[in-house]
This record gives sequence, C-alpha cells and structure tokens, in this order.
Amino acid sequence: MATLNLQGLVKRYGNFGVIHGVSFDIADGEFVVFVGPSGCGKSTLLRMICGLETVTEGQILIDGQVMNDVPSAQRGLALVFQSYALYPHMTVYQNMAFGLENLGTPKAEIAARVGEAARMLRLDDYMQRKPTALSGGQRQRVAIGRAIVREPRVFLFDEPLSNLDAELRVGMRAEIAQLHRRLKTTMIYVTHDQVEAMTMADKIVVLRAGTVEQVGAPLDLYNHPANQFVAGFIGSPRMNFLTGRISASGADGVAVDVPGVGTIRTHAGAGATIGQEATIGIRPEHIRPGPADGNNVSGEVVNVEQLGGLSYIRLGSPDITIQLSGQTGLGVGDRAEINLPAEAIHVFDADGLAMARAG
Amino acid sequence: MAKLVEIMRARRGDWTDWASYAYLIFGTLLMFGPVLWLAASSLKSQAGLGEFPPTLLPWEQTRATIQGQRAPLPLFRISKGEHAGEVLAETRRIGLQATMIDPARPETQIRVPIADRDKIMQLRPAWENYGDLITRFSFGAYFWNTVFITAVATVLTLLVNSMAAFALSKYRFRGREPVFMIMIATLMIPPTIVLVPNYLIASMLGLTNSLWGVIWPAVATPTGVFMLRQYMLTLPDDLLEAARMDNASEWRIYWKIVLPLSAPALAVLAIFSVMWRWNEFLWPMVVLNRSENFTLQLALNSFQGELTTQWNYLLAMTVVTLLPVTVIFLLLQKYITQGIASAGVK
Repeated sequence: MATLNLQGLVKRYGNFGVIHGVSFDIADGEFVVFVGPSGCGKSTLLRMICGLETVTEGQILIDGQVMNDVPSAQRGLALVFQSYALYPHMTVYQNMAFGLENLGTPKAEIAARVGEAARMLRLDDYMQRKPTALSGGQRQRVAIGRAIVREPRVFLFDEPLSNLDAELRVGMRAEIAQLHRRLKTTMIYVTHDQVEAMTMADKIVVLRAGTVEQVGAPLDLYNHPANQFVAGFIGSPRMNFLTGRISASGADGVAVDVPGVGTIRTHAGAGATIGQEATIGIRPEHIRPGPADGNNVSGEVVNVEQLGGLSYIRLGSPDITIQLSGQTGLGVGDRAEINLPAEAIHVFDADGLAMARAG
Repeated sequence: MAKLVEIMRARRGDWTDWASYAYLIFGTLLMFGPVLWLAASSLKSQAGLGEFPPTLLPWEQTRATIQGQRAPLPLFRISKGEHAGEVLAETRRIGLQATMIDPARPETQIRVPIADRDKIMQLRPAWENYGDLITRFSFGAYFWNTVFITAVATVLTLLVNSMAAFALSKYRFRGREPVFMIMIATLMIPPTIVLVPNYLIASMLGLTNSLWGVIWPAVATPTGVFMLRQYMLTLPDDLLEAARMDNASEWRIYWKIVLPLSAPALAVLAIFSVMWRWNEFLWPMVVLNRSENFTLQLALNSFQGELTTQWNYLLAMTVVTLLPVTVIFLLLQKYITQGIASAGVK
C-alpha cells in the first residue's frame, strides 16, 4: 500500500537527455499505465522508480519518503521484467524463494508464502520445474509470483506481455487486472500497446520523447486528448487528421478549410483566430456513411478490410480511415460518401494542442 | 558404430564419403599410432626395447637359468650344422662365432657361427615397469605433487578468473576497457620472457621449492579471463537486476547467479587449466629443485640421465602421466565443444 510522487524527474546520459522533467502523483492502490511509442523513456522512468537507474535531477517519493539514494532492494518494490528474467538454473520454487532467502526469512515462512502465491497463480504443479520447461504464460506467472511473495508496496511491470502470443496476452491481461483487484496494491505497468493501457488502467500516463503528454483516466484521454499526439496514440485504428486553415469562427466552434476536401464545421475552438493553421481530427468509429447534414466528404476506396463484425474502409484522397459496424458492399475503386459529425471532431492548433470543445 | 554403418548404407556409392573416411582413419592412425606404440613399448623390458628389429608388442628373447652360470642366458635355436634343431644358450660371443652350451649338459661348450642360429622369442609384458615406479621410485609423491598443484591451481584459477571476468563484463567503471586491453595484451608476452622476473618475485616471496610457487603464478590467466568475460557478456543484465531487486548482495549475485550460469565456460577453463598445470614443465623445473617436490613431468625428465636412460621406466611413467588428462578430456569433451562454441572463442 503506497503512494508515489515523481517531482521534476530528469535523466541524462552525459549530455543526452532521456527524461525531461516528469512530474505526477500515483495514489494508493491505483493501477497506472505508462504508455508511449518505443524510445519515449517509459522503461527508463520505471527503472528510475526501481532504483536500477540513477536520478539526474528531481525526486522520487514513496509514501512521502525520498527514495533517490535508497538501494532498489530496500524500496519495497517488485519488478516484473519484460524478459521475465527468471533464473534459468533454479526451479520455479527456488526462483520465487530467492528474494526471501536473501532477506533471511525463515524456511517455513518462505514455503508458506511461495505456496500461497503458487496457488493464487495456479503454479502448484510446476514448482520443481526449471523455467525452460514452462510455456510463455507459465513463465510470466512465475515472474509475477516472484514479485508477489515479496509483498511489495508497489508492483512494477515492464512490458510483461510483449513476449506472449495474442490469445495468451488477452488472458494474462485479465489475470493481472484480477490480481490488482485482489491485492489492491499500487501497480505501475509499462506498455507500448494502447489497448493494454485502455483496458487495465485506472490512470494512463502518455509519454513521448521523455516528457509527459497527458495524464488521465482512459476514457478522458479518449474523449478529451490534450494534444494531437495523444489523440493519435489512443484509439485503434488511429484518429484521422486533416490539416487546413480556420475560415470561420463562431460561438459554438470553428470551420476549417481543408484543401481538396472543403470546409469542415466543428464544435470546437470557439473564438480562435481566422486564418490560423489548424488540424482537425476524427476517429474512424465516429465517421458515418452516406451524406447527411454538413461535413460530407467523398473519396475513392483504396483498401477494404472486412473483419466480419466490423469493416475498415480506407479512402485515398483525402486519406481517411472509416470504421463501419457490420459488413460492407464497397470494393476497392468505388466512390464512397461519408459524413463527419461536427460534434465528434477535435481541432488542434499549429502546435498540436487541442482547442476546447463545446459540451 | 551402428550409426556410422547406417549413414554409410544410406549414402552408399558416393566415393567422396569413402575418401573422407579413409582420410580420417589415416589421420587417426597418424595421431594415435605413436601413443599406442608408446603404450605397447612401455610394457617392454630394457632388453626388449633394445631388440633389433624393433617390435610393436613386448617380444623379448627367452632366457634360461643354467647351472654354473651366474646370469640367465639367452636361448637360440640352431638352424644349420651338426646341432641343427637343438636349443642352445649363449655364454659368449666373439666376432661371428658364438660360444654356446646345451642347457641339459652345461659342461660342454659348442661353437656356432651366429648366422646359423635364430633367437627364441617370447611375448612377456614387463608389468614390473609399472610396479617398480611405485616401489623403487617415489612415484606416489610425484603423482601427489602434480595432483595437488593441478587441483588447487584449477580451483583458484576458476575463482580468480571468474571474479575478474564478472567485474569486466557486468560493472561499468572508469578504466574498464584499458584494464581489459592490458590483460589481453599480456597474451602476447612469451612466458620465457617473464621467467626470470617471475622467478625473482617467487624467490623474494619465499615460494621457491614449494608447490605454492608453482600454483600462485598460474592462477591469473588472461585467456581464462577473456573466455569467461566473453561468456558472461551473453548473460542478460536483467537477471542481475532481478537479483538486485531480490535483495541479493553483489557477492550472492556472483555466487548464486553468475557462476552457475557460466558453468559451460567454467568447464572449458577447468579442462584447459588441468591440462596446462598437468603438462607444465619449464616453470616447475625452475621453481622446484628438490626431488621430493618434483611433479611427474620433472620426474620424467630426471629419468633421462646424461649417460644412461632407463627407457622402460621413462615410457611407463609417460603412460601414467598421460592417463589422467586423457580420462578427463574424454569425460568432458562434450563441454569443451559446447563451451567453446558458446563462449564465442574459436
């Protein structure tokens, strides 16, 4: 049970900055996901929290205590590695018991705690096996078990599911979420997969190039992305962006002239300067087929993906992806008429920052 | 063998297969022929070794103890002349004539031209060559000295080299690369160059004429550090970090994680170290002067006198000296190939 505060964290290797002043707070029992493209510094941030990387500037507080110079083992954290990092020469039991043995825990207590974790993770039958004799999912559970037996204040997961196949990943996702509900421990989870972030998190921290782009609940990020990066990163398939200039500005929003498409009316950015460059964004799932009132666009279909329950259609010019529920009769080369509902459109200024949306 | 036959059957008719097997068999004979000859000759008596023409198996001339003669006399079968077919013993030989006696009537001397007689040979392995090593020479002491040096030096080599390799592969510190380069650079200095300085140091430390004088200088080997470092570089850092998160001290990380995982490379180094120490000659010869401290190699050398060489003992002892390394090599050869392959050292 722990709270975590990061205050102006900076990490530099020589003159090369990796983390540029990251600050946010994590409440007790929260499931926080760090998400961002590869190389954004999310793993480095996690390793700084663990104590595996030193802090160049700023402070890490756990339960209000500064942890910068506390050795990793004494921070009361447990990390599940991307590679699992199971000791290959030890059995599952020895792997899980190693940390407790190092603390000089009595043998009986080690056995009890390992046994309990094994039951919780359904590993009872594998205790005497070596990691190489386990499947990917089982190894993952051993790695989690090794973290559990130490009864840490905070669990840290570094892309734990990236080595698993798609089906197993969905299963383990549910198991980790369930584990969080059961243990009610603070958890920090790093991933580059926004689906994992959306499904598991109480709070998502979106990182890019060593800075925090936005912190918030999953649906907040989806509904109210703070900038174009977050808007593009959260949601799959990604949001469509069209760049143009503001041609009219009214009380309920601006109209944006997009070259080759026409004027798109929106419910965002009221009061913005006319003539300013702006990018509109709309999610594929919010686009409707066929002409309706305003914001009609037509284009040639360049690609169709039929998933059965869903269909993705891609128009060539303008480049827009549309998600339709059900199946579609459209084929490559057909002309499609679509409608962009004004209330679903996001508007971003030249710096990529989101303009306020009405309602 | 069955597998070989199966392979040959499956690929019958390809002459290149036969050519390669012929070549390999030739190579095997070339490599093992001398060793087998050595082993066979080690069972010959001093006289058997002097036989001409030389034989592969321990054939030697039959001798008989005859009344009135001090030493056993060599026996011949007469092929020509009035005594043809008889077995006579030679008492003396002058030029082309031999003076011989009949073992049944030793008082009568018979003169026989040496061309008219054939040696009577018998197959008799001289096991006493091996027995005498233990009873007449302090072979046990030499053997123990060698085993002690080999075992202790190997354990220390593994310990010291693996610690150096651990530091050089897993810790980042200023000067890590230069230290490593200097260590590797010492590989280029021939041991004979440092022989004298080494001896001076050993003598200052009072290590001369002590088995430890052979052990200590051998403990740190650049080859060993290099081999282990290359192997340890392949161990994922995640494991060490996981152990660090698991509250393990650096010593425990080394002892419980790094060492067990480096086992293949350690096995290779152990084999090398055993072979190096067992066969080492020059340095022990310089350091050990008293014969009670001799290793097997030095003892072998001492069998070769300035005037006479006791070839039968020399050969027997060579065989005994070869055996332990050969056995170790046979048992561990699997690890050598594995370890060398995985240590990235060719």
